[in-house]
Parts: sequence; structure tokens; C-alpha cells
Amino acid sequence: MDPKIETQKLNLYYKNNHALKNIDFKIREKQITAIIGPSGCGKSSLLRTFDRMTDLTAGARVEGQTLLDGKNIFDPLVDIVELRKRVGMVFQQPNPFPKSIAENVAFGPKMLGLTHQGNIDELIEKSLRAAALWDEVKDDLDKSGLALSGGQQQRLCIARVLAVEPEVILMDEPCSALDPISTLKIEELMQDLKQKYTIVIVTHNMQQAARVSEWSAFMLLGEMIEYSATHELFSRPKDKRTEDYITGRFG
Amino acid sequence: MVCASLSFIILLAIIIFILREGLPAFSKIGIFQLLFGTEWSPTNNQYGLLPMIVGSLVVTCGSLLLAVPMGIACAILLAEVAPVRVRQMLRPAVELLVGIPSVVFGLVGMLVIVPTIRQIGGTGYSVLAACVVLMAMILPTIISISDDSIRAVPRKYKEGSLAMGATHWQTIWHVLIPAARSGIGAAVVLGIGRAIGETMAMIMVIGNAVIFPDSLLSPARTLTGNIAVEIQYASGTHASALFATAVVLLAFIIILNTITMNIFKRGISGTGNR
Repeated sequence: MDPKIETQKLNLYYKNNHALKNIDFKIREKQITAIIGPSGCGKSSLLRTFDRMTDLTAGARVEGQTLLDGKNIFDPLVDIVELRKRVGMVFQQPNPFPKSIAENVAFGPKMLGLTHQGNIDELIEKSLRAAALWDEVKDDLDKSGLALSGGQQQRLCIARVLAVEPEVILMDEPCSALDPISTLKIEELMQDLKQKYTIVIVTHNMQQAARVSEWSAFMLLGEMIEYSATHELFSRPKDKRTEDYITGRFG
Repeated sequence: MVCASLSFIILLAIIIFILREGLPAFSKIGIFQLLFGTEWSPTNNQYGLLPMIVGSLVVTCGSLLLAVPMGIACAILLAEVAPVRVRQMLRPAVELLVGIPSVVFGLVGMLVIVPTIRQIGGTGYSVLAACVVLMAMILPTIISISDDSIRAVPRKYKEGSLAMGATHWQTIWHVLIPAARSGIGAAVVLGIGRAIGETMAMIMVIGNAVIFPDSLLSPARTLTGNIAVEIQYASGTHASALFATAVVLLAFIIILNTITMNIFKRGISGTGNR
């Protein structure tokens, strides 16, 4: 099966800082791929190249290519709006807009001009259900998204992404600001979502990677050290550095 | 603490003083006659403030109508669009404008704006001239405070919006501006305060005639101008009526501030259309 996302000799520079070094990486469709590694290893940077959020950083420069369904997303002809519709992102800090719950979910479809009259309420319900949040907020759709708990806010952000029906969902340490119970809910949700979506999660929590993902990649100092099936990587790491990291000798 | 309570005491003292001096006029002339009387003629014992109330409101609203959209647009330019170097040049320039004394604005208004408006019609000393000069005076305040509040919007909102596929412009309009709403509201309130309280520049360009302005080219008089122009020779009921003018002015500032704050606070919790 062709990979959903494939990077080829991907290099990323922040001014003079060589943040990603020759990354060759394949992400399989409708599975969960985890990227682990110590802080500053480039795992978040790699994730941010997949929807070109790196464009926002002044002085960031990319070499090589990243293919989404075989098409290079760094091609100057690529429509960035279309790319970010297909590849959604959930951030480390839950970041619902200071708007109502309903407005948060409707934001993407509205901005992208996907709303057809009459179905917006259905879309809101469908997205909130898919993010396992509907039962908790169905009576409070007009309340501010900021009034929710951290875990609910994060699920609202997931609902917001689902509302534009993306193909890939990028998650940048989505649970690091959450308590264990909220974390568990998000992890369960991910298992539901992978039926329909390709998920890439960056996490510094190795247990989380082991729990949720089919595939795991270990990064260190901007390089991809090892990439294999998750149970392989955690039970029989091939590289000494991977072994050191997962056994807790550093990082 | 001491300074804060001191400024509160000063405010209280000002209010008490103005009320003490002004209230006799309210009882002597009658509050209705004072607020809604259309004739201001101290020699004939006519003390109607309505022309000045209208003058102040028209000038304030007119200048806000010009300055608020322009100020917010400039703030967006500075905060989101302009390259860093342009911003580094423009921002200090805007801040310098805030500090220019109002008499200088009045002078420029007299020498540039008034003759220009004279070309259109009338003497040039007009409501329009006053609006333009006031706009120039409150614009820098609105720009710098709006700029600050747009830049203070957490970066995660902007990132979240762009990651959803919203364009930069959609992000500005649907996320940044709404999130900065209370700060922009504060900017507008300060603008109103400055506009309605401005005296010197107004006296210099508005003509000071006690009439209802029937067009933008017509002269008018503001509440502040009324006090400043006549207080030096007023006595008795006349002086008291001028203090009553100050009471009305104070009331207007409080009312306008309250209204504006409410407009900008409303819906901040995210209620309303979806």
C-alpha cells in the first residue's frame, strides 16, 4: 500500500540551525504513527512540516520533499488552504477560540466555505459526537469554549478539526497539558478515529506511544534513528541510542 | 496605594467642586431649560445648552466615525501585515503623535484644514474642520492601543486558525480582532474621552458660534469651548451656568464610556450568531 505521507531527504533549517536532517519517513494510511524523542529532537518540527505550519516561522527553510498521496506539498503550486483542510492539527495547549462551542466547531467549515444551508447544526453535532464530547456539551453549545475543562477543550479542538473532514490528523503532544483521565479519553478517541483518519502523534510519553500507536519513530538531534512497528521498537530496538532512550538512560 | 487613593480623592474633589458651583444654575435656571433650551444668551439671561450638547456630540461622533475604522485598519497593518522594519519606523512615529500638544493640532487645523474647507464653502471654521482635527488627535491613541491588544492575542489562536486552513485575512478578521475586542473597546473609549474633552484645538477651528450646526460646513460650539471662551468674564448666574456646562460634560463622558464599554464587552463569552 502506498504511504499516505512520505518524506524524502527532508531537511529543515531555522536560520543556521539544522533542525531536521535527511528524514526519510513513510506514514501509513488509517493507522497511528507515533514520533518520540527527547525535547528539541525535532519531532514537533517534523510534524509541523506536514501541514506546512513551519511556513509561519521566520527564517525556516525546507529542502527535500514531503509527499501527500504522492504529491509534494512544498510545490509552489500547492494550495495551502487545501493542504490544511486535508491535514488538520491538534496542538499541545488546547486552543479553542474565545467563541462559543458551536462557533468553534463551525469555524473551519465557515472559513473554507463548506457550509451549506441547514446542515451546519448537523455538522456540529456529528463532529462533537465523533470527538466524544457531544453528551457533555449538547445543552451548552452557546457557552464559551474556554469554559470547558482542559480535556474537554482538547476534544473540542479535535471536533473542530473533524468538522472539515480531513484525511490526516496531526497531534502535537495532545495530552501533555491534561490529567490522566482526560488523557485516557483522548487515547480511546484516537482508536475510534483511526478507522477513518491517518493519525500522527508526537509525544514525549513513551508509554503513550506504546499504548496507542502501530508504528513508532525515534528521533534524536534532528535525525530519525529508528522507525518500525511499535512493539518491535519497544521490545527489540535495533539501535543502541533507541534502547538507551526507551530504557530511560537519558532524555 | 497612596497615589491611587490620591487620584481618587482628586477626582472626588473635582466632582464635588463642579457640582457645588454648578448646581445653583440647575435650580435657578431649571434643569429642563438648561439641557433643552436652544438659546444661549447670557446678557438676556438665556442659558440653553442644547446647541453645545449637539455640537459636542456631532464632533465626537464625526471624528470617531473617521478615526475608528482608520485606526483599527492601521493597527492591523502594524500588528499583522507590515514587515518588521516598517513597523519599527511607524510605531514610534505613532507614539510621538500622541504627545503633540493640542494647540499644535489646532494651529495646523487653522492654517491647513480650515482654508481647505473654505474652498468647498463657508468660512472653513466648521464642524468638518473640527472632526478632521479631532480625528488626527485621537487616531494615534486608537492605533497604538489597538495594535497592542491585537499583538497581545495569544499566538495559539492564530496558529489554530491558520492550521484550520483559514487565510491570514480570515484569521485577522474572525479570530484576532474578536479576541482583541476589549482592548480595541478601551482604545475607542479613550478616543471618546479625548474627543469630547478636547478644548483648545476645537476653539481654534470650529468657529464657536452658538447655533445648531445644519451642515458639516456650519460652525458650532462645543461644551468645552463654551466654558473656555466665556469663563474669564462670567459672573453670577452666568458663571454658574458654565459650571453646569461642566457637569453636563462630565455626565456625557460617563454615559458614553459606559455605553462603549458595554458594546465591546457584550458577547465576549462567545454567545450569539453561529
